[in-house]
Amino acid sequence: MTDLLYSEEEEALRAAVRDLLTDHCDAAGVIARTESDAPHDLALWKLLADGMGLAGLLVPEAQGGQGATHREVAVVLEELGRAVAPVPYLTSAVVATEALLACGDEELLGRLAAGRTIGALAVGLHSAPGAALKAVRLENGTLHGELTGIADAAAADVLLVPADDGGLYAVAADAVTVTPQTSLDLTRPLATVTLDGAPGRRIGDAEPAVRRALRAAAGLLASEQLGVADWALTETVRYLKERKQFNRPVGGFQALKHRLAQLWLEVVNLRAAARAAADALASGEDTDVTVAVAQAYAAPVAVHAAEEALQLHAGIGMTWEHPIHLYLKRAKADSIAYGTAGAHREALAELVDLQAP
Amino acid sequence: MIDAEELRRRTRELLAAHPPAATDPLDFLKARFDAGLAWVHYPTGLGGLDVPRSLQVVVDAELEAAGAPDNDSRRNGIGLGMAAPTILKYGTEEQKQRYLRPLWIGEEVWCQLFSEPGAGSDLAALGTRAVREGDEWVVNGQKVWTSGAHNSRWAILIARTDPDVPKHAGITYFICDMTDPGVDVRPLRQITGEAEFNEVFLTDVRIPDSRRLGEVGDGWRVAQTTLNNERVAIGGMRLPREGGMIGPVAKTWRERPELRTHDLHQRLLKLWVESEVARFTAERLRQQLVAGQPGPEGAGMKLAFARLNQEISGLEVELRGEEGLLYDDWTMRRPELVDFVGRDAGYRYLRSKGNSIEGGTSEVLLNIVAERVLGLPAEPRTDKDVAWKDLAR
Repeated sequence: MTDLLYSEEEEALRAAVRDLLTDHCDAAGVIARTESDAPHDLALWKLLADGMGLAGLLVPEAQGGQGATHREVAVVLEELGRAVAPVPYLTSAVVATEALLACGDEELLGRLAAGRTIGALAVGLHSAPGAALKAVRLENGTLHGELTGIADAAAADVLLVPADDGGLYAVAADAVTVTPQTSLDLTRPLATVTLDGAPGRRIGDAEPAVRRALRAAAGLLASEQLGVADWALTETVRYLKERKQFNRPVGGFQALKHRLAQLWLEVVNLRAAARAAADALASGEDTDVTVAVAQAYAAPVAVHAAEEALQLHAGIGMTWEHPIHLYLKRAKADSIAYGTAGAHREALAELVDLQAP
Repeated sequence: MIDAEELRRRTRELLAAHPPAATDPLDFLKARFDAGLAWVHYPTGLGGLDVPRSLQVVVDAELEAAGAPDNDSRRNGIGLGMAAPTILKYGTEEQKQRYLRPLWIGEEVWCQLFSEPGAGSDLAALGTRAVREGDEWVVNGQKVWTSGAHNSRWAILIARTDPDVPKHAGITYFICDMTDPGVDVRPLRQITGEAEFNEVFLTDVRIPDSRRLGEVGDGWRVAQTTLNNERVAIGGMRLPREGGMIGPVAKTWRERPELRTHDLHQRLLKLWVESEVARFTAERLRQQLVAGQPGPEGAGMKLAFARLNQEISGLEVELRGEEGLLYDDWTMRRPELVDFVGRDAGYRYLRSKGNSIEGGTSEVLLNIVAERVLGLPAEPRTDKDVAWKDLAR
């Protein structure tokens, strides 16, 4: 059966990514950046993508990548989630890359794998695998229309756009208008993409490419959610051992201990579910069910962890200065990203034959 | 050096010398024990060969293929899972030689005399007294929740031997003869209608000092071995998808479309997802154990399965609607084996209520997770330095 552990290599990769993030992605800096003109940390992206070669993990070596699997990507996403790092890793190195792998576009794949080009799939972040696609119009060889809710579009060099002829088109970012939307998640901002006669290159069929990309996204998002939840639990436990009220550490009160123990149990379960999804994506075995199970479970756990972190930190957790809000906003946005838990449960009803009335 | 190949060879030798078809099952089990193939990780001479526990599967596979009788371990779960490891760790050479062989072959079934009406979660507060008279101990008290007491030859027993010291320090661990005339076993009927458990009244029960396990006053430490093995036994199984409590309700859902409602559908899917995730967690724990990296996740598994069993069986009763108002049978019985998934939904619903109580309540397990896994401060204790006789009760 599925290997649910971390290999030594995966643990080494985790340690390297964590070291880098400790040095280059502190909470105060992330908070300050959310209010700047450049919400994405492109210097950090360069270190991860170019320096460590992580943008090309899913791309075979023959096409300029590292030839790794979803298991390694999942470990990277755990760490990026733990740091709420404002980099377009999930959107470019997973979602856009999977779409390009489906289309077999070697030229773009090589550029994305090297990290020199950032790609974004122009499909709303809320879309579940298999959801109806919103497409732009193809008229006289150019693209026309407006797409909303495109995550990390502001950082992208190339957009992958579904058009109404059923094709997926590669469109240079400077040929479209990208307008930032004020987003709930400050560290994965959304934008509107407006195409007004933009030239595009058809790279393949949109439906299978988007379906594959969103399935991988939903499955690997569980690892990011694990990182978010694990940070929330670890940080809250640490704080409650220190924080004293009524002449004792707050973490000694049984009402709070039981809540943290329950949360620990949820995080333990989420770790197993996220590993199962990453392994199923890598092996191709039982993938649809395992991804749907992981995403149906992960979203509420990450939200619960962030909400508990806020409540148990109490007053300080409500401040802009403390990073909890970044995790709460990420967790809540992640609960909608690539399909809600409910959408994934509905998919399961079909997949495992538990039909609706 | 005994490796898998050598174990296979010895197993075939056993089978050749005692062909299962032509051998009395008990004689076969005795021969298996004496060949060291009963529990291979036990010491040589005590049913094992001092080899890693993971090699047991080699022996079991050979024996199963040959259709050899087994010792029906479910009949003596407490003996095999709890009494034996404790005897192995703390017993004298004579005790190990006397008890382990008949225990393993199933000739002598064991039960556990630990919990008392006044000592549940706070087991160390127990009040059953053992008073020394020469070479014997005279035991008086009442035990409860004793599974299988009516079928048992022996019991593992903890009793208070010194009431003048703090509660954890005054306990001693004994092996109690269940045929002693002072032992009175009475069935304890539970909410399912059955009596899996018993109350056991001990009146002037005489236990020779040679049936003491460990030192006088060291019983609490000895009991930890027993209790830790109980929790190991509860985790660690490998289930297929829908292999647990979710299986029967999913089957009913598929076969009985007329029972479906939207509300039940949402709840069923949620529990199906949680069951599948719990299965992954159990599998991950198992892989950690095999890889020699045991994690603290085991403490969580019992919590998770208790809640899931209760919610799923509760949903199933509701799903059955009009039939959910009925119950299969309230007849008082004393079952030899307990099957959590057996019988009807109503039985499963009622029996699963015990899952968050037996083997440590969920509330106590949450304390254990909070303190031992997360390192949060322990509850303030008012009982640590007080003599047992001065405790509030």
